Amino acid sequence: MSALLILLTVVGGWEAYARLSGIEQFVLPPPSAVATALVDDRALLWSNFTVTAGEIGIGIVAAVALGLACALALHFSPPVRRGLYPLLVGSQTLPIPIVAPLLVVWFGFSLTPKIAIIALVCFFPIVVPTLDALGRVEADLRKLMRSFGATRWQTFRIVEAPAALPGLLTGAKLSVAVATIAAVLAEQAGSENGLGNLFLRALPQLETARAYAAVLVLCAFAVLLFWLLALAERRLLPWSAQPRGTAP
Amino acid sequence: MQTRMRSPAAAAPAGRDRVAAVRVRDVAKTFAPARRGAAPVTALSGLSLDAEPGEFVAVVGPSGCGKTTLLELVCGLIAPDAGAIEAAPAALMAQRDLLLPWASAVDNAALALRIGGVAREEARGRAGALLRDFGLAGFERARPHELSGGMRQRVAFARTLLAGRPVLCLDEPFASLDALTRSEMQDWLAGALRAGPRTVVMVTHDVEEAIVLADRLVVLSPRPGRVVATLDVGAPRPRRRTDPQLVALRARALAALGARP
Repeated sequence: MSALLILLTVVGGWEAYARLSGIEQFVLPPPSAVATALVDDRALLWSNFTVTAGEIGIGIVAAVALGLACALALHFSPPVRRGLYPLLVGSQTLPIPIVAPLLVVWFGFSLTPKIAIIALVCFFPIVVPTLDALGRVEADLRKLMRSFGATRWQTFRIVEAPAALPGLLTGAKLSVAVATIAAVLAEQAGSENGLGNLFLRALPQLETARAYAAVLVLCAFAVLLFWLLALAERRLLPWSAQPRGTAP
Repeated sequence: MQTRMRSPAAAAPAGRDRVAAVRVRDVAKTFAPARRGAAPVTALSGLSLDAEPGEFVAVVGPSGCGKTTLLELVCGLIAPDAGAIEAAPAALMAQRDLLLPWASAVDNAALALRIGGVAREEARGRAGALLRDFGLAGFERARPHELSGGMRQRVAFARTLLAGRPVLCLDEPFASLDALTRSEMQDWLAGALRAGPRTVVMVTHDVEEAIVLADRLVVLSPRPGRVVATLDVGAPRPRRRTDPQLVALRARALAALGARP
């Protein structure tokens, strides 16, 4: 409710400024022009959106798989943790706007560099909370499992895996936010379609409202994904979301 | 976890030819310092303790006198530096219930059964029956956050019992409960043990709790823990906290605790 109020205020202020200040529409289109672009260009936006959404979807799935594998390897093997963790942190300092064109040179305008870039950007926010959640399993709980004669695998399956799930979902939520940015960067580095590409083409054509519409679609998609993950979290992990003492 | 016999010092003293369910002889345990440069911590030194089959032994002592270490030794979770431990397989119940927050009460209670390879349905059946015995009918499917502290502790106790070990090691099992729930749970535990006797070693810093529940009190010194007094309770059950015999015993136990600097 308050989010809606803030949004209305910002949009209203923007509309008023764009109309009253005499600023050119191709410099700052008012929200009404963006809305018109959303409707008029809906076919164009949709076809490019499906491309970008596909990239983001596959990229996040790849990042989750990669991040989970990484977190497990780091969790189970202290030598791997000591050796790999610094490299992982290092991988996050790679400047994506520079890496992206290099990957395009390597893989061409195909889907591959987009997936690679999204996965590269997204997997770290997945590794860190997952690894933390695995590590936060209480020593006393491990001891309890041991006192019942549990094997390492049983302790993982019964205790550690469910305990890591909230971390994994937190990581996925974080990665959704950065995945859209990564997708746009990847598309701008070299692509034939997608919302990032559409944005890049719209500006020199002075179709600024269309560029804004593309950004808006992308934002809405990220929010939708985030919301879906939050919903999955509540469904899958009721114990981590609900306060103590609530009725079943 | 298995019956263990370590070091030649395990030879039983004269007059004790019966194998105790738990026999701890001259055990010492020192932990490496947590930080470099800090002194190592001697938790126990030269501690001996017996619990006969079916006996309830309460170990009382000040904080940090190695009580938890003693139970972990009895349960075989850690090995002593010196001395011998001879114990039937033991199940540990900690101060905190350590229930899995994502699992239902029945699945939490069935944990040890599932680890032991019992099929899910059979494990749930046995755990559910025990939970109903423990007054938790209707809460079998509830998650831990939906249960009160006393209920959670009962689920944890069911889990400990279902491990099927002849010895129970209780580590301040009711310390995290409020006073009223605690005394309710003490009465409940006494009743549960009357229904299904086990050998119990319970550590606590609550002398009253020890006297209400145990056959025998073992008082430990501050770290490193050694036995400074052994008191037989000998009062009939069920016990009342206000029983003059128990009140007098409590004074003696407190004196034994306080007699040490």
